[in-house]
Amino acid sequence: MRLQILDNGHSFGTKTLFAIIQTVSRQPVLDVIKLVKYRPDFYGTPMSDVTQQAMRGPSPWSIADRELMAAFIAKTNQCEFCTNAHSAVADLALGTEKQASAILCDLDNPAVAEPLRATLLMLGKLTRENAVDATDMRAVLAAGASLQHIHDALAVCFCFNVIGRLADSFGFSVPPAKAFDAGAKYLLSRGYR
Amino acid sequence: MSNIEQARQALLRRVLEGDGKASLADRRAAFNNGALAEPLRRLVNTVARNPRGIAEDDINRARQSGLSEDQIFEIVVCAAIGQASRQYDSAKAALEKARENGR
Repeated sequence: MRLQILDNGHSFGTKTLFAIIQTVSRQPVLDVIKLVKYRPDFYGTPMSDVTQQAMRGPSPWSIADRELMAAFIAKTNQCEFCTNAHSAVADLALGTEKQASAILCDLDNPAVAEPLRATLLMLGKLTRENAVDATDMRAVLAAGASLQHIHDALAVCFCFNVIGRLADSFGFSVPPAKAFDAGAKYLLSRGYR
Repeated sequence: MSNIEQARQALLRRVLEGDGKASLADRRAAFNNGALAEPLRRLVNTVARNPRGIAEDDINRARQSGLSEDQIFEIVVCAAIGQASRQYDSAKAALEKARENGR
């Protein structure tokens, strides 16, 4: 990563944890984990609280829907690390292989029902243009989304516009697919805390 | 139902009001993509507006200006959270307007 402190500035206890993760998973520790574990009181812990609520809190959206939103936001930001990471979680949650990638390339894919499709389109515009207007929101409501659907989707959008920016800024390395698969299993079973 | 607002406000309070290595003024300016001297101004604006465009040089210039890695870490975090917050607030306002028009 571009800051040495994020690679090796962690406490002794955290470095030991990384060694255990590496031994058990047989994969390198993902840079996103190194980020949230560096001085966790400043960013990692409070951000993980937000992300856990957005991605695993009660919602009319399924976990797979929210992981797909995260992957779509990442793809819109051209963040390879986050796109791969959350496509892997979405596929695991859906019980499919490569379906998430197919959906990200084509929102008209029959696997995407409303109001998810309209919501993804709105999140894409918000991420790309940094703003949406009332017309955009009316389109999502007309597609059948409730206010709670929209609030919850905006929560996901907030999280992954933060995380994607940090991935690009700090220069996260993109590991092999097996590392993302191991990360996906962890995120699906344990969440973001 | 899911509601991130309490946790999100705690995050904002932590990075903008809590202890840190970067000054509160710099962290707040980074959050707002506001007035900062170069090279931080360019770094913060790129994090906010074109994160794909961040280069090794942007971080190196910040380092060479005398900032520690911890200060750069905090300022980049604040810039990212600030931009995502502006998007979030814009969307919330748009939703409220759509609801008002629909009444």
